Amino acid sequence: MQLVFQDVACDFLLRPKLVTFAVNYHELYIKYKLVMLSINELRASIEGKEILKGINLEVKPGEVHAIMGPNGSGKSTLASVLAGREEYEVTGGTVIYDGKDILEMAPEDRAAEGIFLAFQYPVEIPGVTTINFLKTAVNEIRKYRGENPLDAAQFLKMVREKAKLVSMNDSLLKRALNEGFSGGEKKRNEIFQMAVLEPKLAILDETDSGLDIDALRIVAEGVNTLRSPERATIVVTHYQRLLDYIVPDFVHVLYKGRIVKSGPKELAFELEEKGYDWIKAEVEAVG
Amino acid sequence: MSTETIDLKTRLITDFHARESVMNGEAGSAFHQKKRAALAQFDELGFPTIKNEEWKYSNVRDLISVSYNFNADSSIELADLEDLKIPVQDANIIYFVNGHYSPELSRIVSSSDQITIDSLANAYKKNPSLVNSFFNELTQDDNDAFTALNTAFTQDGIFVNVPDNQSVEHPIILRFVSDARTQNVGSQPRNIIAVGRNAQVKLAEAFRTLGNERSFTNSVTEIYVGEEANVEYYKVQNESENSYHVGTTQVRMLDRSHFYAGTVTLNGRFTRNNLNIIIDGERCEAHMYGLYFPDGTQHVDNHTVADHRKPNSESNELYKGILRDKAKGVFNGKIFVRPDAQKTNAFQSCKNIVLSTEATMNTKPQLEIFADDVKCSHGTTTGQIDEEALFYMRSRGISKPEALSLLMFAFCADVVSQIKIDSIREYLENVIADKLASK
Repeated sequence: MQLVFQDVACDFLLRPKLVTFAVNYHELYIKYKLVMLSINELRASIEGKEILKGINLEVKPGEVHAIMGPNGSGKSTLASVLAGREEYEVTGGTVIYDGKDILEMAPEDRAAEGIFLAFQYPVEIPGVTTINFLKTAVNEIRKYRGENPLDAAQFLKMVREKAKLVSMNDSLLKRALNEGFSGGEKKRNEIFQMAVLEPKLAILDETDSGLDIDALRIVAEGVNTLRSPERATIVVTHYQRLLDYIVPDFVHVLYKGRIVKSGPKELAFELEEKGYDWIKAEVEAVG
Repeated sequence: MSTETIDLKTRLITDFHARESVMNGEAGSAFHQKKRAALAQFDELGFPTIKNEEWKYSNVRDLISVSYNFNADSSIELADLEDLKIPVQDANIIYFVNGHYSPELSRIVSSSDQITIDSLANAYKKNPSLVNSFFNELTQDDNDAFTALNTAFTQDGIFVNVPDNQSVEHPIILRFVSDARTQNVGSQPRNIIAVGRNAQVKLAEAFRTLGNERSFTNSVTEIYVGEEANVEYYKVQNESENSYHVGTTQVRMLDRSHFYAGTVTLNGRFTRNNLNIIIDGERCEAHMYGLYFPDGTQHVDNHTVADHRKPNSESNELYKGILRDKAKGVFNGKIFVRPDAQKTNAFQSCKNIVLSTEATMNTKPQLEIFADDVKCSHGTTTGQIDEEALFYMRSRGISKPEALSLLMFAFCADVVSQIKIDSIREYLENVIADKLASK
């Protein structure tokens, strides 16, 4: 982080007018391809049991990072802690996102800052339509950012465009949120919500679970459509097959609460071929 | 029994005899004989204590600890009621202030060819035998002290008579206003709704209180649903922190009739609603929906009865509540299926969200089935807000209070959506949204 601030400071000296935008770290991160998310020695536990035992990870805008690992390694815990799920207690380390320490932030503030979690198990909420839910979300986020709320017409126009973008059926929008949706519809609804909220950091938690190959392809297409130089994506998955469609820049293997191996996308193929046992063996050998 | 109990009871009985002594010839009428019998029943029963199974969780000690002026005058004007209004267009609106019909405030738009809408007192003057033929016929077996008290003191209320085959277009909104601005007031409205064969009508009773002194309302409504008739009946209470309310609605349905009831308790210190439906016909449908939101130390008790006496009918019940702070809720739902009532379908469900560890909800489904070919179900749940749903909403940028109010609003939606008088449903949606947002 030291380096980051030095670089920014140099830029200010050369072009003083940028000082007025000094709080907009995001633009600077993109411009300089600097670290947007920096996780340092993150530890977290649930009900007194430590799950994350010192995670280190740096993510830059435009990058796609895959987090893989055997069941129970802490993948979903990492996704949940980043999004602010309150059942988890952070017991150590820092998470700096967009220049801010987010660990003290409420989940809704993290969302307003641009973090999005696509749930492994999207929640059914009877009585709240998808469209009403999203309108509330969009306008709450706009309020947080000091922007005026969208009126009904503006909102509807935007939502229709986004629905088209990720092949989401309009008729689902009027139904109660996720209620009676198929597994594929639920996951697509997550990607649709992501398209509407336009996060800077998208975290996909086991988005492939419970999907057949066709549904998987449609969901992956949606994610790929939303890939951009400004947006970073963390894909949490147990299986390599999702990564056939969402090709990562980096693959990290999480085991027993630590990232034990990182590498290029080829690492995923190796895991698919050989399973996780060799990683486990490697870790055990090092002790 | 405390001395206060004796006091209010004794005072009421004394009051009854004082009134009776100045009645001249009318005291001998059949109408008055029913009242006199009811007084004797009230005298015998006394106000219930928690030893009475029907009142186990609802203690009326506080209610009967003070005296109320049952003959309070009121200088109320429409302007005083602005804030209490439910914005309803194209409806018959009938005001009762402290239990007495107010022709100045009321507005009847339906034609008298189509429907009789009159105060009970006026209707009785015009046609005593007609009114008497409906009076206390459904409630006489109620065996409840409050109902007996109301019967004994019946003076005013509404009398609605819908002739056969009439479909009444405009809803009837009955507004009961207690003017408790200067004193403790009591009122005992008595309503008779007689709906003829193949007739249709929508009604609502709305209870409001002005001022901060105590109000005690003891209302009784008898509803006769004729063959093939279709009746919608809503009861909305939005009273004060000092309002005590006991209300009984007694319904009898005949063959192939439909009856919908919606009972919504928004505010009040102590509320007891009794909704008793006798399904005395085949191929009837009875629907009961209820909603309550007690907070502070408020108390809401809903007792319902679906009494299936004939075969092939259906009853369906859904009550929902959100309880906060130290509020107490009670739900007691009885379903009787008599030996003749084969092929009955009876469903009952009561769902509650308790938002505080100090709030309590007592639910008691009670099924007594004497026929062997029936489908009955009941279920009650009492739980907290779904944390997973809350996190899901927050993770999309919705603040915790907003997410909570959305979830609670959604929880109420399947009851509110059953209210078919649009203006009342919209009014409730607004009031409920405000109520949920304010916490």
